[in-house]
Amino acid sequence: MMPPSMQSDPVSESVAAAANRDRESVVRARDLSLTFETADGPVFALSGVDLEIDRGEFVSFIGPSGCGKTTLLRAIADLEQPTGGTLAVNGVPPREARLNRSYGYVFQAPALYPWRTIERNVTLPLEIMGMSANERRAKAGEYLDLVNLGGFEKKYPWQLSGGMQQRASIARALCFDPDLLLMDEPFGALDEIVRDHLNEQLLRLWAKTQKTVVFVTHSIPEAVFLSTKIVVMSPRPGRIIDVIPTDFPRDRTLDARESPEFLEIAHRVREGLRAGHSYDD
Amino acid sequence: MTIEADAGSAPVPGLVSRLFAGHLGPITVVVLAIVVIWYAGAVYMNAPRQIEVFNRAQTDWGAADLIEGTLAQDRPILPAPHQILVEMKKTIIDKKITSKRSLVFHAWVTLSSTLLGFVAGAVLGILLAVGIVHVGALEKSLMPWIISSQTIPILAIAPMVVVVLGAIGLKGLVPKAIISAYLCFFPVTIGMVKGLRSPDLLQMDLLRTYSASSWQTFWKLRWPASVPFLFTSLKVAVAISLVGAIVGELPTGAQGGLGARLLAGSYYGQTIQIWSALFTAAALAASLVALVGVIERLAVRAMGGRR
Repeated sequence: MMPPSMQSDPVSESVAAAANRDRESVVRARDLSLTFETADGPVFALSGVDLEIDRGEFVSFIGPSGCGKTTLLRAIADLEQPTGGTLAVNGVPPREARLNRSYGYVFQAPALYPWRTIERNVTLPLEIMGMSANERRAKAGEYLDLVNLGGFEKKYPWQLSGGMQQRASIARALCFDPDLLLMDEPFGALDEIVRDHLNEQLLRLWAKTQKTVVFVTHSIPEAVFLSTKIVVMSPRPGRIIDVIPTDFPRDRTLDARESPEFLEIAHRVREGLRAGHSYDD
Repeated sequence: MTIEADAGSAPVPGLVSRLFAGHLGPITVVVLAIVVIWYAGAVYMNAPRQIEVFNRAQTDWGAADLIEGTLAQDRPILPAPHQILVEMKKTIIDKKITSKRSLVFHAWVTLSSTLLGFVAGAVLGILLAVGIVHVGALEKSLMPWIISSQTIPILAIAPMVVVVLGAIGLKGLVPKAIISAYLCFFPVTIGMVKGLRSPDLLQMDLLRTYSASSWQTFWKLRWPASVPFLFTSLKVAVAISLVGAIVGELPTGAQGGLGARLLAGSYYGQTIQIWSALFTAAALAASLVALVGVIERLAVRAMGGRR
């Protein structure tokens, strides 16, 4: 089944309006900074971050641990409060965007509730939003199919593998049809074979749903393979040191990773990360 | 050769090893050990008086006579297990349960105030925990009182509770239930504070991304996450609420209840009666804890089986 965002007839929209909407920025950060006050003094998690994410993009934040990539994602989700600069999500402050339920968030761990079946885990956001039980059940079926988990509705989380659990958590983030999907190293805890497989699935999901995806990772191949734009970050203070656009076709497969273009971009990312690190030494 | 030796010494798993794989074997051994020690103790402790009896009657007696005598006294210092069992059979099975001498009647008197106190204490304990978890000021203001409430010996408070409530016309069941509740709310509060705080940051953040209200956070996350903690503390609470009910019966001169039975037994030196009341109380506590355990297992199954 197609998710609802695909069901609206694209022909009814004028090309100009569509183009205009495409250029709309979903996330806009200007001179954003975020400082944590700790017992050992302030920690500059983010400093002077300027960033623009357009509708429909797949943007990866990459960098070594401590570079503020997760903090930036959490700031977008209104889970952290910036201490300077401006940040807008869908043109409004992050808090308002959160209250509008404009994003779905996928955490590092599946964070499924062990006492709920997979179906009831996926529909948890719908329950909170007050949707009726019948509608919820229909949505659960639809989105579990989307992540290839059809038939697992009545299972409990412990009966699923780690990769399946993370897919269920992606279905949970998508089921209320937010236009922005925030993913914080969602496949970090999985082995490489499962991760490759899920990367391909995620790409297909992105092409199908037309969502804007912001994806945090510390894997260069993952970032290059998935993204339309790679944001390279560096620690202490967390800042952006390079923004690399890529132009692989949307329907690329894992084989794309062998192509010269892929290797070239991966090289540029690696260079950026190395340059960021040299500040420390 | 070692293989042969092993094969010789351990053929098919025998009855004994199968018995010890579960709970049954070890428990049986411990029970048997206790019974043996008990009989030895009964003979030893009751012997002086038995010798006195023999001497007064000027009868000849041997070791066999002595043992037989010490295990059959009317008011022994330490009754033998079989004497207690006979007394329990007499007062539980043979007596009509409406009789004032039936242990079933007394056990019911105690059980009713235990259950009332347990329910009240558990509800109070949960409410306190909910308040403490949600309102920072309550934790600071209530927690010291909750902890110090348990440092006061219940035996000192029980008579006052009974007298004060008696003065305002509350007699019988209610004062005892209040003493039970006073004892049993504590583990529930402590367990539930921990349980309601057990969801990890990720699970909490998740609900924040949905802009869930604190009411929703409570019912969809905190409460279900605290269920294992709830049952652990309820098992402790139900056992001590029985203790509370018995203690509540002691200072009142109550006519019914296992506490009254204990007290009457000690007035008249009826040691067998004391011990059988004690055994009944222990059996009652064990069944209450087991009952909570059964409910826990049903709840765990309804909540996904493995936690």
